[in-house]
Amino acid sequence: MWGWLLRRLGQIIPTLLILSVLIFALQQLMPGDPAIIMAGEERGDPQVLAEIRAELMLDRPIWEQYGAWLWRLLHGDLGFSWRIRQPVGQLILEKLPVTLQLGLMAFVISVAIGVPAGIISAAYRDRPADWAANGIALAGISTPNFWLGIMMILLFSVQLGWLPPSGYVPLTEDWQQSLATTIMPAFVLGGGIAGVFMRHTRAAMIGALGQDYVRTARAKGLPERVVVGRHALRNALIPVITLGTIELGRLLAGAVLTEQIFSIPGFGKLIVDAVFNRDYPVVQGVVVVTAIIFVSLSLVGDLLYMAINPRLRTA
Amino acid sequence: MNARFLAPLAIAATLATGAAHAQNQATNLPNLRIGLREDPDIMDPTLARSFVGRIVFTSLCDKLFDTNERLEIVPQLATGYRWEDPKTLLVTLREGVTFHDGEKLDAEAVRYSLMRHLTMQGSFRRGEITDLESVEVVDPMNVRLRLKQPSAPFLSQLADRAGMMVSPKAAEAAGRDFGARPVCAGPFRFVERVAQDRIVLERFPQYWNAANFHFNRVTFQPIVDSTARLANLQSGTMDLIEVTSLADVPAVRRDRRLSMVTAEGQGYWNVIFNIGGGPRAQTPLGQDARVRRAFDLAIDRDALNQVAFEGLHTPASQPIPPASPMHVKDLRVTTRNVDRAKALLREAGVRTPFPVDLMVANSPEMRQVAEVMQSMLAEAGFELRIAATEFASALQAGARGDFQAYLSGWSGRPDPDGNVWTFIHSRGAQNDGKYANPEVDALLDQTRADGDTARRAALYAQAFDIALTRDRARSLLWHPRLFVAFTQRLQGVTLLGDGMIRLQGMRLR
Repeated sequence: MWGWLLRRLGQIIPTLLILSVLIFALQQLMPGDPAIIMAGEERGDPQVLAEIRAELMLDRPIWEQYGAWLWRLLHGDLGFSWRIRQPVGQLILEKLPVTLQLGLMAFVISVAIGVPAGIISAAYRDRPADWAANGIALAGISTPNFWLGIMMILLFSVQLGWLPPSGYVPLTEDWQQSLATTIMPAFVLGGGIAGVFMRHTRAAMIGALGQDYVRTARAKGLPERVVVGRHALRNALIPVITLGTIELGRLLAGAVLTEQIFSIPGFGKLIVDAVFNRDYPVVQGVVVVTAIIFVSLSLVGDLLYMAINPRLRTA
Repeated sequence: MNARFLAPLAIAATLATGAAHAQNQATNLPNLRIGLREDPDIMDPTLARSFVGRIVFTSLCDKLFDTNERLEIVPQLATGYRWEDPKTLLVTLREGVTFHDGEKLDAEAVRYSLMRHLTMQGSFRRGEITDLESVEVVDPMNVRLRLKQPSAPFLSQLADRAGMMVSPKAAEAAGRDFGARPVCAGPFRFVERVAQDRIVLERFPQYWNAANFHFNRVTFQPIVDSTARLANLQSGTMDLIEVTSLADVPAVRRDRRLSMVTAEGQGYWNVIFNIGGGPRAQTPLGQDARVRRAFDLAIDRDALNQVAFEGLHTPASQPIPPASPMHVKDLRVTTRNVDRAKALLREAGVRTPFPVDLMVANSPEMRQVAEVMQSMLAEAGFELRIAATEFASALQAGARGDFQAYLSGWSGRPDPDGNVWTFIHSRGAQNDGKYANPEVDALLDQTRADGDTARRAALYAQAFDIALTRDRARSLLWHPRLFVAFTQRLQGVTLLGDGMIRLQGMRLR
């Protein structure tokens, strides 16, 4: 198992390297010259453009820019934002707790709704409980986040005045206020994903409930609760965990629209603003950090398979 | 104890209680929360370039001068000025002004700030004060600015970011990182910034006009979505917001808890024609003024304003807004005339429907404008093909001349020079259509050299007669109105055409 873990960790480094090359290459394809955007109203002055290009190394060959960036990255320096001149590392550290909190809350909400709904739906297949769960899941998946977000703000903030409509308070500052500012966006994000969880859990459970070992368990006279909970669910969870790591990764990469509507200063807003302003160091930094999160989550997912399915441990 | 020793003690005690009293008063003052349309860029007056950044600077960094509602220059950190000759400006400073770090604002600090704007690498102010040759310290309260050539718009630049003074000590210490902790001489000092979340300022008790500012802290929060921004105001999370979507205006008017002020902006929107910018200018649209005139005549500005903006903006005939004393009154807004437009296209010998590619920023509002124009132009024989382009890509395409027609806007400047020269002069940095006419260049150069308002207005009239009426280098469309909405509890809110939010005299009940 340790060998496997080392091999997996060894795969991460080339993955990240390939990704970093890709980011640099794709940036070159992006239309819009960063120097022109930075120059703003001075963009017709060639001297200003030349100065900006020189300062940002944009006048050097791409491989040289990449080399300089990689060298700094290996020293833990992600550079500074061209637009607001703050270190990218500091920006990411500011946003990471926000995105982690929002992402985890949304994840918990989606799992807490989606997985039990999927189990009930499978256990009561083609009965009213199944139809109701399916209907709610479909509504969750097909409701656009920005619409649901605005409607929730209008209802809970403007009409009822229960929750603040936007902004973010860190957990460390005031945990109640922090939950109040993040519960609506977390619900908007988690609600949509809950539907996906519900559908996958239902399909996996239906598959598992039709297996021979479930029939055997029932034949042994085990109560239905144990059959469903211990025998079928454990096997059905494997695809759900895969889905969970992917969805959690997506949540932690930032949720652009939701963050925009609720003015949550997380990863999504950071990277979108950076792309529109061609603030390359921020784009590169966020993508690298997001990639690390994704790769780590997929590793955690693999470890979880082993915990659930002992047969994988010997592989 | 001897009375000689008691006296200073008594004075010290009085001063201490006075200071404590002032402190108490300040902490009793309410805080103000302002919702902005986007996150400002760097908070260094030399390097900043965003519109919302200027809104924050208005409370943070005083300028030598300010402008009033009639676009006149009024004193701020300077109390007066005198042109010693057309190339020499003597500026007298306000006594007793200190920066937020306690440093004195004197002639030396002014010299430092202006030279920083002029020489710092990457300065966005250099182009604005490029006529400045040198700054001399006459005495602690007077500076003499020498210009390379007479420049009528120069003074108005000192009423914008180029006139913002920074603490030399803090600027020297911070270098290029000054924007992370700006130290200026405005009514509020910098507390903190969390990118994309908030910028917090607090009252500066030693401000020269502190008695007229009635807030303890001011928080600027970017809320990009206009509906969410309004919801924040309605729910009381914000006290004042920028209204950027005109669809929100009726909602604000209906809500009895809210108020709104509006002002005619200094900017304009227009269609730029590519006349000399490379291969894409080589079409009848770029080469024949009759085709451009037909384009112009096909657009009904009033209808466009009604359909796209609920009639709230002002149809435009020229880059200079009606509020300016140099607005050319004889230049009227083009009245739609489809028959004349068709006749002009026939005269020009182009086959209809004549295709024109129009580049527009990819926003719902601008796409709608383009679609309304598309149907108007179709009646006159044009086939308008709309290319909705992301903002940064459009900027680059504009600068490269990679367009036929480009729907583009400008936020405007108090002096007309900032709305005209750079866009129509052949050497103008933002003359994206590469329009070049030596007669127009000469007239525009004269507007810079002449300080007399009436004579400058006459020169602009002549320049527009050639560049806009005859050559149709651009089709002017509308001057946008600006709106600010706020809670009824906030009093004394005013808005000038520059869109800046001035907190002077404002009170929260």
